[in-house]
Amino acid sequence: MMIKILKNFTKRIFQKLFRKKKEISLGFYGPPNAGKTSLANKICKDWTGEELGKVSKIPHETRKIQFKEKVEIKYKEKRLTFKLVDSPGITTKVDYETFMKLKMKKKQAQKRAKEATQGIVEAIKWLDGMDAVVVVLDATKNPYDQINMIIVGNLIAKKIPILIVANKIDLKRAKAKKIESAFPEYEVIGISAKYGKNLNGFYESIFKLVKKIK
Amino acid sequence: MKKKESKKIKKLTIHFMPHREIAKLSSIERIKKLLKIILDNKLIVLQGRLNPEEETRLIEDTMIMIGNIKGFKGIELAVISPESNEKKFFKKIKLNITNVLLGYKEALTIIGPATIVKEMKKDPKKLEIMMR
Repeated sequence: MMIKILKNFTKRIFQKLFRKKKEISLGFYGPPNAGKTSLANKICKDWTGEELGKVSKIPHETRKIQFKEKVEIKYKEKRLTFKLVDSPGITTKVDYETFMKLKMKKKQAQKRAKEATQGIVEAIKWLDGMDAVVVVLDATKNPYDQINMIIVGNLIAKKIPILIVANKIDLKRAKAKKIESAFPEYEVIGISAKYGKNLNGFYESIFKLVKKIK
Repeated sequence: MKKKESKKIKKLTIHFMPHREIAKLSSIERIKKLLKIILDNKLIVLQGRLNPEEETRLIEDTMIMIGNIKGFKGIELAVISPESNEKKFFKKIKLNITNVLLGYKEALTIIGPATIVKEMKKDPKKLEIMMR
């Protein structure tokens, strides 16, 4: 009995030590065109000097998982290093004709649609490897959209700590409060990734978020 | 002069699915059953809701189908419940109530093919289904 307790204790100590050395994976998830890559780019540019990926007004610009390792951020003398994982926007439908309406040729639109569907499957598969997730929502859109509920519900089920970001608060029609009402139990931070508005508040929330990692 | 062909749908079939119809099925079988009906261009009104893992599985399978079935563009879905928000559901997930569907019969899940349903606009008090 005593040996078993001792064994478990040693195992726990080793696990803790090992876990501390592992880099935190911080995922950026959300529906398409919410500004995940814009936010990832802003963070990467500010702290590593390089952007992560291309942004576009046409949905599904990010069709593959893209990540940056060892991103070190500082806030009030505190430092935090993580692997930033930017994911393709998750949705329940992909129609190549939508891209054609945005002046894309048929073949190009079909290719984009195919890659987008593959990207969504990839994004879902990567969820299991995340230590914490920033759910990026467009503050000008309806937060009650089922896809947002599915993403948040899945993260809760996987016991992954969440921070909800209400992006695009620079726009007049943005309603960050509506996002707060939709997710009353979670911290919602309003930002503008495009103009770098309230990024200090965002970084403060990131430090709080990583504390929740078990 | 040729008359412009109307693309408006003329008929819509609503398939009501009481929760007992899928309660005993495995997650894979549930998703398969739902997608089979959707491929028949029907709108499903399911009593209850899927659990989070099933919801993401539904998205994954839908994405795979878009790439493999000609003309299939995906799904539109919404869950409506007596609660004004998803608080109760999220709490159940937190508490590890695995069979959420059985414990959440008061909700209704509406799923339709994106070829018929353009958009489902949900807010705490109403659900609007926009057709193509």
